[in-house]
Amino acid sequence: MPVFRYGMALVFMATLLGGAPPASAQAPADAAQVRADLDQLRKDFEQLRQEYGQRIAALEAKLTAASASDTPSLAGAGAAAAAASSNGQQPPAPPEPASTSATAEPAIPPEQIPQVPVGAAAGGGSSGAPVYGGSPVAGSNAFNPDMAVIGNAVGATGVNRVAPEPALQLREAEISLQAVVDPYARADFFVSVGPEGAALEEGFITFPTLPGGVLMKVGKMKAAFGKVNTLHPHVLPWIDRPLAMNLVGGEDGINDAGVSVAKLIPNPWVFLEATGQVFRGESEDLFEPSKRSDLGFVGHLRGYQDISESANLDLGVSYARGHNPSGVADGIDAGRFTTDLFGIDATVRWRPLRRSIYHSFLGRSEVIWSRRGQPSGLQRGMGFYASGDYQVGRRWFAGVRIDRSANPTDVSLIDTGQSVTLTFRPSEFSQVRSQYRRTAYATGPTANEFLFQFQFAIGAHGAHPF
Amino acid sequence: MRRLLTLGCALLLAAPVVARAQGKLNVIASTEDLASIGREIGGDRITIESIARGYQDPHFVEAKPSFILKLMRAEVLIVVGRDLEIGWLPPLIAQSRNAKVQPGARGYLDASQAAKILEIPTGQITRAMGDVHPQGNPHYWLDPENGGLIAKVIADRFSQLRPNDRAYFQQQLASFTTRLAEAVKRWTGLMAPYKGTKVVTYHRSYPNFAERFGLQVIGYVEPRPGIPPSPGHTLELIDEMKRQQIKIILMEPYFDQKTPNAIASQTGAQLLVLPPSVGGEKTITDYFKLFDYDVNLLVGALKKAGVKPGGSH
Repeated sequence: MPVFRYGMALVFMATLLGGAPPASAQAPADAAQVRADLDQLRKDFEQLRQEYGQRIAALEAKLTAASASDTPSLAGAGAAAAAASSNGQQPPAPPEPASTSATAEPAIPPEQIPQVPVGAAAGGGSSGAPVYGGSPVAGSNAFNPDMAVIGNAVGATGVNRVAPEPALQLREAEISLQAVVDPYARADFFVSVGPEGAALEEGFITFPTLPGGVLMKVGKMKAAFGKVNTLHPHVLPWIDRPLAMNLVGGEDGINDAGVSVAKLIPNPWVFLEATGQVFRGESEDLFEPSKRSDLGFVGHLRGYQDISESANLDLGVSYARGHNPSGVADGIDAGRFTTDLFGIDATVRWRPLRRSIYHSFLGRSEVIWSRRGQPSGLQRGMGFYASGDYQVGRRWFAGVRIDRSANPTDVSLIDTGQSVTLTFRPSEFSQVRSQYRRTAYATGPTANEFLFQFQFAIGAHGAHPF
Repeated sequence: MRRLLTLGCALLLAAPVVARAQGKLNVIASTEDLASIGREIGGDRITIESIARGYQDPHFVEAKPSFILKLMRAEVLIVVGRDLEIGWLPPLIAQSRNAKVQPGARGYLDASQAAKILEIPTGQITRAMGDVHPQGNPHYWLDPENGGLIAKVIADRFSQLRPNDRAYFQQQLASFTTRLAEAVKRWTGLMAPYKGTKVVTYHRSYPNFAERFGLQVIGYVEPRPGIPPSPGHTLELIDEMKRQQIKIILMEPYFDQKTPNAIASQTGAQLLVLPPSVGGEKTITDYFKLFDYDVNLLVGALKKAGVKPGGSH
């Protein structure tokens, strides 16, 4: 029955194109009916096309008239009502120009009004023809990704004999490129350029609308282990990362190529999200595969609840597992040792909505346990940090942090630290931060340091950290 | 084979019909103003909730996971657009796992697409100008005329998604726009004697309001959009206000009153907290009450200030 199939295909396509009248929902029984429907559709379409052509012409005429009289047009809402009731599908038309305009005359002669709203000039009244909807599209740039560069310059004074840092360095310039790929996916790239060269910090595709409420990411990404591991340096409330990050591979943490799947678990009480990630199994100073099958795994469960409109609680448990290189001798992984990490994290946030830009508090703690198999035996170590950051005013933030960590390869070596921070943010796009840090090292003298940081962002407006 | 094909096609064709025959349309609006207009149009055929509260700064809403749950179930998301929600809405939408409300989908409605937009920059813009919105001023709902235009795009979108209720939505729209037209007449009548009155505002929240009601904004407490007041700018503003005899300062409820109070006491001007959104005050429960409140507050203050018709003193 090739004719029948051909007909059904046409019906199907017509439906996809959104043109199927409700009657076709009955699934027509024969091809003749389909043909008739199609002819009708074609006629309808042609009629619509003509109607729209006429309307556009009328609109153009109106616009010309409006710009000729140069009266900012203000509609009577009654006209809009009449238009609305006459045809629901009609594109929004500019309202009729009204001769009795309520528009204020500009206080300043038009030639003194800057093109761009700057400072105190250019009041409520606008000059020129009104703009309804639409927006300027920057031609060939229209599909370029959102781009931004964040500079992070860090200086240090004081004495640190164990982990000294230079007096001043541009620790990182992070270049971000983000855009929607197609109706099904978006892509995010973060390139980090530091003193040691450029590296792809993250690069992944996200499928936000998969069936079953699944959010999938594929590419190189920061693993969903705890909180700090997932954060880029510029959104941290400190200049450094807490000592406990030594247990998850240090500065870069778990950051690997893999696949991530996150699903919300529906329940009537709290926001609950489960994330499962499979990685290649290579993460600096933490995991190293000696075979293709030595994959790394990360699991995270996040629970969130609003306590009030101003306060909320965010809790998480994490697990990570992968092969470590301690058993590798002469290129052969004789030991086949693994590292297991467990983590819990808790965040409490407070931000009164009526004064949300002036005051807020963020308290956060993470505890991480490491079980590292190595030739000398199993090393079970623990690390944690607890911190609180209070927004004193619109631009000022103060914070404290205590941290502690065992050395993952020798858990008898324990470092402890205390920090206080003060941050000034001239705008959303720059900040100056100072941090006094005292670190008691197990392997050397206690360090007392004063760190300072200048951070600045140019380009697209990114999302505010939460 | 043939039966299977028929069944398959019938299911494919029936699916949208079944979906449309569902219960109330689940709508989420980014602000209470859009929710109020949406409620006027949707009536009892929809459920509608807003993300931001009317008394908070809509630029700085937190991207809380509890909002993800709301978006996950939404069939329509109405946004203000013009980058107003750029700091918080994109991550919420991305995590909503809801294809219906992704930008570009039928359930995603940018209410600014039909509204009259002011202050669209035409030249080169940089952040030296502060937090300028490249696509124009996003506070456009403060012109009730725009409220009517927003209502129309909302009614059209609701009708597309629930064709069976088209007549109902269009009827609601007609009723809303008629009542709005009457109210606009009342509001502009109340404000008419004060046409041309010069005012100062805190942020650039009121250009549409000022244009509609004949106010003339001559300066801002913020030296640049999104930049907190500076002593130098404040002094300049005080001088300018004295020179032009400005008697009214308008500010949003979510800003600190310290600097505006100081300016008011230096210049003898009245400081009015003029809610820019539904929910900005307890009594402002819908879009009509927003203008009722704001216009009454203004007229009262203008009378008190002894402003005479034409904006002179």
